[in-house]
Amino acid sequence: MGLLEVKQINHSYHSGKLFKWNVQSNKVLNDISFTIEEGTCLGLVGTSGAGKSTLGKVILGIQPPQQGQILFQGYDIYRADKMTQRKIRRNLQVVFQDSYSSVNPRLTAESIISEPLENYERLTVAELKSTVISLLERVGLSEKDLNKYPHQFSGGQLQRINIARAISLKPKLIVLDESVSSLDMVTQSLILELLKELKQDFGLSYLFITHDIKAAFSISDRLGVLEKGELIELYESKEQFFYSKNPVVLQMRDSILAEHPRFRSITKREI
Amino acid sequence: MMAQFREILKSQTVIVICSVVLCLLFLMTILAPWIAPNDPVAVNLAHKLQSPSMNYPLGTDHLGRCTLSRILYGARTSLGFAMLIFISSLSIGLIIGIIAGYKGGWIDQLLMRIGEGVMAVPNLLLVLGFVGIWGAGLKQVILALILVQWVYYARIIRGMVLSLKEQNYITAAKISGSSQWKIIKKHILPNVLPPLAVMGTLEMGWAIMDLSSMSFLGLGIQPPTPEWGAMIHEGKSYIRTNPALMIYPGLMIMLIVVSFNLLGEALSERFGIKRR
Repeated sequence: MGLLEVKQINHSYHSGKLFKWNVQSNKVLNDISFTIEEGTCLGLVGTSGAGKSTLGKVILGIQPPQQGQILFQGYDIYRADKMTQRKIRRNLQVVFQDSYSSVNPRLTAESIISEPLENYERLTVAELKSTVISLLERVGLSEKDLNKYPHQFSGGQLQRINIARAISLKPKLIVLDESVSSLDMVTQSLILELLKELKQDFGLSYLFITHDIKAAFSISDRLGVLEKGELIELYESKEQFFYSKNPVVLQMRDSILAEHPRFRSITKREI
Repeated sequence: MMAQFREILKSQTVIVICSVVLCLLFLMTILAPWIAPNDPVAVNLAHKLQSPSMNYPLGTDHLGRCTLSRILYGARTSLGFAMLIFISSLSIGLIIGIIAGYKGGWIDQLLMRIGEGVMAVPNLLLVLGFVGIWGAGLKQVILALILVQWVYYARIIRGMVLSLKEQNYITAAKISGSSQWKIIKKHILPNVLPPLAVMGTLEMGWAIMDLSSMSFLGLGIQPPTPEWGAMIHEGKSYIRTNPALMIYPGLMIMLIVVSFNLLGEALSERFGIKRR
């Protein structure tokens, strides 16, 4: 039994609900199944509109799918009783792409990170503060940042705060929904390094959703390709992904820009 | 410190002037019993329709009552009840707006359709309906104005909550195990209240106007209670001989409504808040 089992998920968005005959259905997830083992990272890559974020929401328990099951440690997260759902939620956290919209602009770093702890742990004020400080230090920030507001941080620092909030409850699985996509190259590699370290230290599992196959390649143990709501390939190793002849994978791999503009092919850009 | 203060005065002239005027008016309402020269309801027919004098600085009305005292006490009634209308309608609008926006679905549809139904009825018609049932009086006017006004707040707040709900930090809070109540208290209310306070300044002006209009029509505050709208109503029979009876309360209404409106406009411009 894997940590997370996604079984035949189907989901559509409907529009024109007022009149029944006018309902338009847009299928965003089509028969998706995969498993994530404890302590591993599954990278899900796909272009915009492939259904990556919807799948993330379905797994996080905030978007019930129309068909299929999400089993977390063997429990169906949508059909489990309230107590079990609360336990599951504790072990299932998220880091979003947009670090700025992921934090309430009116709260300090301390309030942001302590929110999950307040909900699940019975800590005294002093214990809560020391836990938050240790979390801040773990993600590369310091005690001085405790009382700062989001506008006083850079995008990378805010993403560190989001990561601190996500790991505060020592979850089993973190859904990283394009978590490094909005960061610059240097910050991106620093955050990826931090995520790798945390994975080791806390025995975390990740579902790394991204359109950036380089980032996915650097952190994932297994890789899946999502295209038009379907999981078209699931590679058990990075090598399989690297040597894949799947046209979508080839197209995505070809679209990676070279590190230096001089080496970027003009013909590729024209295409 | 002084340089900073001067900078604020220069850049936010309208906000500063309007705030000072409103503060003075509020002070006037609070200090009315101490600064009013005479009893505002004491009838003295021997001194009726007098010109300004030492005893009666703004003269007297048709029943010999001191106009200045009535204006000072009238500020209490006008501002006090306008505040009551504002706070009550804001509270109702806040609760309904948050429920509709946060819950969505059929609850949202139901509450908003009820609101639209209420909006379709003009203020005056609703007041006339209540007056027809319970007779003329302040209670009926206040109830009618609250019943109409909450819808505007509810619609604005619902819109704000709908956009806030889509923010990632609300989703993150849900995933972090926060209850609905905690999310509303910690994440939604603090983000909704500041723009509402700005919009409230505009609404206060309208509430004073509405209340005074109803009193002018004889539907609201009943004699002998001093109120600016009612004072204009009483003074209209003497418009040719003693226009001051209408001018003074009229000027007060204008001053307070203009101050509230300009302050509201300036604040919403300053903080980039869109109004309905």
